[in-house]
Amino acid sequence: MEFFERFAIPHPSPAIYASMVAIGLVSIGIIVGLTYFKKWGYLWREWLTTVDHKKIGIMYLFSAILMLFRGGADAIMMRAQLSTPDAKLLDAQHYNEIFTTHGVVMIIFMAMPFIFAFMNLVVPLQIGARDVAFPRLNALSFWLFFAGAMLFNISFVIGGSPDAGWTSYFPLAGNDFSESVGTNYYMIAIQISGIGSLMTGINMMTTILKMRAPGMTLMKMPMFTWSAFIANVIIVFAFPVLTVALLMGTTDRLFGTNFFTTTNGGMDMLWANFFWIWGHPEVYILILPAFGLYSEIISTFSSRNLYGYKSMVASMVLISLLSFLVWTHHFFTMGQGALTNSIFSITTMAIAVPTGVKIFNWLFTLWKGKIRFTVPMLYSVGFIPLFTIGGVTGVMLAMSAADYQYHNTMFLVAHFHNTIIPGVVFAMLAGLTYYWPKFFGFMLNERIGKWGFWLLTVGFVLAFFPMYITGLDGQARRMYTYSEATGFGPLNLVAFFGAALMAIAFLTIVYNIYYSFKNSPRNIGSDPWDARSLEWATHTPVPEYNFARVPQVASSEAFWDMKKKGHQLFKGDFKKIHMPNNSGVPFIMGMIFFLAGFSFVFALWIPAVISLIGIFVCMALRSFEKDHGRYISIEEIEETESKLGGAK
Amino acid sequence: MKLKWLLFATLTTLAVFLAGCEPLLVLDPKGPQAERQANDILLSIGIMAVIVIIVMVLLAYMLIKFRASKQSEDYEPPHIEGNPWIEAICVGIPVIIVAFLSFVSVQSNYIVESTPVGYEDKEPLVIYASSSDWKWHFSYPEQNIETVNYLYIPTDRPIEFKLYSYGPITSFWIPQLGGQKYAMSDMVTTLHLAADVPGEFMGRNANFSGKGFAENTFNVTAMTQSDFDKWVEEVLETAKPLTESEFEKLLEPGHLGQMTFTGTHLDFSPAPEHHHADDSESETETDHSEHSENKSESHDMTEEHMNHNGH
Repeated sequence: MEFFERFAIPHPSPAIYASMVAIGLVSIGIIVGLTYFKKWGYLWREWLTTVDHKKIGIMYLFSAILMLFRGGADAIMMRAQLSTPDAKLLDAQHYNEIFTTHGVVMIIFMAMPFIFAFMNLVVPLQIGARDVAFPRLNALSFWLFFAGAMLFNISFVIGGSPDAGWTSYFPLAGNDFSESVGTNYYMIAIQISGIGSLMTGINMMTTILKMRAPGMTLMKMPMFTWSAFIANVIIVFAFPVLTVALLMGTTDRLFGTNFFTTTNGGMDMLWANFFWIWGHPEVYILILPAFGLYSEIISTFSSRNLYGYKSMVASMVLISLLSFLVWTHHFFTMGQGALTNSIFSITTMAIAVPTGVKIFNWLFTLWKGKIRFTVPMLYSVGFIPLFTIGGVTGVMLAMSAADYQYHNTMFLVAHFHNTIIPGVVFAMLAGLTYYWPKFFGFMLNERIGKWGFWLLTVGFVLAFFPMYITGLDGQARRMYTYSEATGFGPLNLVAFFGAALMAIAFLTIVYNIYYSFKNSPRNIGSDPWDARSLEWATHTPVPEYNFARVPQVASSEAFWDMKKKGHQLFKGDFKKIHMPNNSGVPFIMGMIFFLAGFSFVFALWIPAVISLIGIFVCMALRSFEKDHGRYISIEEIEETESKLGGAK
Repeated sequence: MKLKWLLFATLTTLAVFLAGCEPLLVLDPKGPQAERQANDILLSIGIMAVIVIIVMVLLAYMLIKFRASKQSEDYEPPHIEGNPWIEAICVGIPVIIVAFLSFVSVQSNYIVESTPVGYEDKEPLVIYASSSDWKWHFSYPEQNIETVNYLYIPTDRPIEFKLYSYGPITSFWIPQLGGQKYAMSDMVTTLHLAADVPGEFMGRNANFSGKGFAENTFNVTAMTQSDFDKWVEEVLETAKPLTESEFEKLLEPGHLGQMTFTGTHLDFSPAPEHHHADDSESETETDHSEHSENKSESHDMTEEHMNHNGH
């Protein structure tokens, strides 16, 4: 009996029981469906064991969309609870769990896989590579992310969700004040997916440094590749901090160490410092690839080269350096005194300069262009004013004395959503629409896509701009309720309507995928947008080996030069192509990590030790394995090429 | 373009909406610190609004002027690498703006971290504000009284809050008197405030601290020195003394109404006064006075101090 009590939810509610039933039914449905349609073999061969960067990218993409809806459901519940004063929809505990999971899911399990999806899908194609540097490690990265995400997502039906906020400040997140296993889930699920992210960082850095096509010098890389490169450098420097912090937090919770406790020399602020030394660069890990996507899209749909390429690169390098020098601005109010605050206030504001350079570069890319208002372009030009507003409120927050008034209020919540939604989410939706034809062979419907864009934009403005005002009026973030006397009611109601519109917008976008899958023509060619960079030079759908012949690059717009200036992109005869073999081990390791994580959450030591041994066995097996990959023969290449539209 | 109008309409609506309302708490300061902060906020809003407008105007111009539907079929956009002049302007002007705001920001930092402007020659009233789940304890060592969840302060006298916590990190915030600062269990932070005029203000914990966070508020009443003295006298005559066992009970998680005691908990449960990260001059300065005020706690403090630093 005691055994089951440990897995019971500490704060159950009808909504949670309903979710349990739903999860059960969906799982059964998937298993029955796969069996009925005899798709188990297909699933295993084509997806679970794949090491192909394109398929891994697609898996990231769908996981991210799934998590977007998970985090979005949390958001809607929060806004509904706050839409009226003294609402009784959620109690305090439930609300705390919801905003905590909303934050974690959206940042770690939605935005991160979304950018990894585009890195995986686009980077090897943009640099003319056959795959990433370590394809099998890439698969392992994905499965670790997936294991972490699933572990985090079962928390609310088994044992309770974390409830100390996505920042999980100690001592609140310690055993004394968070007794349920919720924060264990937080520590371990993020740890597992974080290890995956770190490996992706190393993998992508290596890929970009070592596998570029001949002629592609660093300063000839397309802008998205540049942004991905810098983001991955940040990952490699920032994620180890998170790894260590989470490990310390885990040992505090599971083994009674005192790193962050209130007694025995623990320092609660140490957690905050660690968290934000990772957490601030994390923002740029998300936003820089988004900037890269915008650069590609704005340039394509203005039919112009990107204005100020060099200053674009320089600004990103500068941002990456500054991103590590500003973490204290997350707690100006921690009593570190005027001198420290002044230094971090200045470094924080300094980021506005390179960011401003980027905004002006995009504006001047439009200049003298030939602007086509497609769905990806709408997101990109919608991003510019909205993100500028988010950016300038960031400068306001950087004024540390004034930050004493903004800190922990809805003003801050409005600011970071104002940067992350137009910055990252719009970019991901723009990229999704832009790259969809390349990877799925059909265009998404423009009309429905435009509906989605407008609903999302209007919804966004209604949902978040009121928060600037209620924040200045004294509404703290994370309050599950407020009295009518505060006067926050009307604006929160507006925010709720905005959130509802955003939900409708996301549903529209998903409906668009379904509608276009049914109705869109499939003969779109390999370059439907009249694009400029190398990823559009290969066939649609992209063959396993990406490029039959390695492209010869002479500028950052190699494909454009080929179309307009007669540049010879592909020279010489076909040669046999070396490709890596599929492997089930990454998937299996991911599942063992999941079991290990679950065991650690509940302090089940025997299964934990067994799973850890399993992980090491997998690693040991790999080191003895003789797998040199395989070759695709010239005949096979010729056959594929002629089938996909003739050898160029 | 639709977007432009949409944003414009939204902002106008918000402005109209706001004009009909009471002033926002943060922009309705009742003390010098909050006033400085409100001025900084308004200044930055002004400058930032200009930037936003410039970006929007440029964007609108580009989008209207260069859209494909208005151009001839055979128009080929030129290849433009960049222009040193444009880029110098795009870097130079933001640098000037950031430099100016940095200058203001640094100045404000030193102002809000020291005794409020205009109050320098008055002796500050020291109040220890400590939080426990989910309430505030206010100790007045000078007056030898303690209150729970409400605060009476005299006007025209600088107040020096000594903040710490008996649990999770909280943040002490009275928007109309000045911005917040954290209260933590292992150190004391100092917040300097002052009230220019009598009045009632909202105070709250602004940092999430668990289930009872939303209701973790307190009332602040600023009154003239003579009214304040009268109140202190009244408390000393009528209120019960605060005993250690009573205080232990108060610390248990839960919500309490307003309470008043004579004596303070500082005698048997002193503040964790040592310095983790303390580089502001004013704090060091004021710490001397506390030490002399609370001699009884110095013994316990040393011991605790050593524990914390792991010696």
